[in-house]
Amino acid sequence: MFPPIPNASVAGEASRPRFSERDLVRRSASEVALPTTRLTEIAKLIDVTKCIGCKACQSACLEWNNLHEDIGYNHGVYDNPMDLTPNTFTLMRFTEWDNPESGHLEWLIRKDGCMHCADPGCLKACPSPGAIVQYSNGIVDFFHENCIGCGYCIKGCPFNIPRISKTDHTAYKCTLCSDRIAVGQGPACQKACPTQAIVFGTKDEMKAWAEFRIKDLKSRGFEHAGLYDPPGVGGTHVMYVLHHADKPSLYAGLPDDPSISRVVKVWKGVTKYFGMALMGAAALAGLAHYAVAGPNKVTEEDEDSAGSLATGRDLQPPRGHA
Amino acid sequence: MTAPREHGAPADIQSGDAVSGTHPVQVHRYKAAARINHWITAASLILLAVSGMSLFTPNLFFLTGLFSGGQWTRTIHPWIGLVLFFSFSLLFVRFWRANLPVQADRTWLAKIGDVLRNRDDDLPELGKYNAGQKFVFWSMSALILVLISTGIVIWDQYFSPFTTIEVKRLAVLAHALAAIFAICVWIIHVYAAIWVKGTFSAMTHGVVTGGWAWRHHRKWLRELVVKVDGSKAAEIPHPHSATGPSSSPRRPS
Repeated sequence: MFPPIPNASVAGEASRPRFSERDLVRRSASEVALPTTRLTEIAKLIDVTKCIGCKACQSACLEWNNLHEDIGYNHGVYDNPMDLTPNTFTLMRFTEWDNPESGHLEWLIRKDGCMHCADPGCLKACPSPGAIVQYSNGIVDFFHENCIGCGYCIKGCPFNIPRISKTDHTAYKCTLCSDRIAVGQGPACQKACPTQAIVFGTKDEMKAWAEFRIKDLKSRGFEHAGLYDPPGVGGTHVMYVLHHADKPSLYAGLPDDPSISRVVKVWKGVTKYFGMALMGAAALAGLAHYAVAGPNKVTEEDEDSAGSLATGRDLQPPRGHA
Repeated sequence: MTAPREHGAPADIQSGDAVSGTHPVQVHRYKAAARINHWITAASLILLAVSGMSLFTPNLFFLTGLFSGGQWTRTIHPWIGLVLFFSFSLLFVRFWRANLPVQADRTWLAKIGDVLRNRDDDLPELGKYNAGQKFVFWSMSALILVLISTGIVIWDQYFSPFTTIEVKRLAVLAHALAAIFAICVWIIHVYAAIWVKGTFSAMTHGVVTGGWAWRHHRKWLRELVVKVDGSKAAEIPHPHSATGPSSSPRRPS
């Protein structure tokens, strides 16, 4: 068993946040001065093989974040609601998979939600300064007072996570319970999990724990068991232990090799510079042309010719008709 | 609308185009409705460029302040886009026929060096629009079509369920590129009006001087003179008396 996180201290000191704006490593649409000391990277490890699908994590998330999901419909499946919403930051996704090798019907349950990428696509795409931030401990968080609700984060995210609220028109997703972690607690979902399918600690601790779990799974015949910490996004601060790490997409479409879309990189990279340069060049070309060629002025003769034409005394044949 | 086609000329004469006075000659180029239509289009295009660029690069995000913040900028931009689209559509209906390419455009383009050097003497006589103006017209038409269609795809508030994220990514990139080109075309359009003196009054008062029309759109001016003065042109020996559009339906009675 992974040692549980001790209950929060009630001492006065303990309630002081352990990280703040000073610990930002990235801030959307802004430059930040990198902090001199970096926090230890934290991570949440979701051991899919230990999950029993009880949705205690989903409930805990709603409760801690004071969110209220509308009463929905029974679609005949366990997923409820059917997708992430502005209120459902985390969602149990259930997949039935007929394993062709073993002949077993496997029930794969994955807790979906923000992966807290080291290279966050949402933050890259965000046009609003300070609406999305990344702390040096790895947490990617949304600041709603700066969010403009444009939905660019949705386009940037390789995991299809953020959702825009129809009420306040800002984007929502898992915060990794940054408010709890700031005061030495674990995330609410982790605290609620009855089977330790969710554990929380430093990223190194989580990797070591995953290693231990994978060894155990392999000894039980899951030869492809492994850790999901996708390098395409620089690794994540929410990681999975999967029994079939060779086929992540089995788990309700978890991307096999996620990375920020090339289209998003082009849009946020070269297009920006190309665009500003082209528009600047067009304006400069105008100035330069005016300086060199000068204005094109109508002459007195032009006016006279027009007058002659209008009074019907134009004897000059039209050009090109001679 | 069939009779005048035989000369191929009055395709570029539009409702309201007319010559009045002799010294100085005044040429009516845009009637009030066309001017109002133009300025609504212009205002919405400028507002769109400013709000769009503020979301395009962080360096210009401060421009959202003009729309009372990011949320409002995001909200209002697509609505202004609709105004632009419908307003420009009307302009398109007004102007498309006069912007059809003709043989003289080719000659004019071949002498683009002379055009840029203000050497107008050796250029062909042109109708209401030259090839540069036609380029502005058609490229804006195409770009606005791209902008409205991609804009709707990325208008998440109402249209997010209808397309995939992959399609939205492509749409947002295409939207940015089309906007960049549209702004460049707009710069060309505005610069041309500054460079070629006497142009602005066409869109402010609807009138240009005869000299301006003679210098830049002589074929159009000749057509208008003939139109106004059809009977007189038939009496006086005149190179264009043969083209008197006595059957023109637009001819004032």
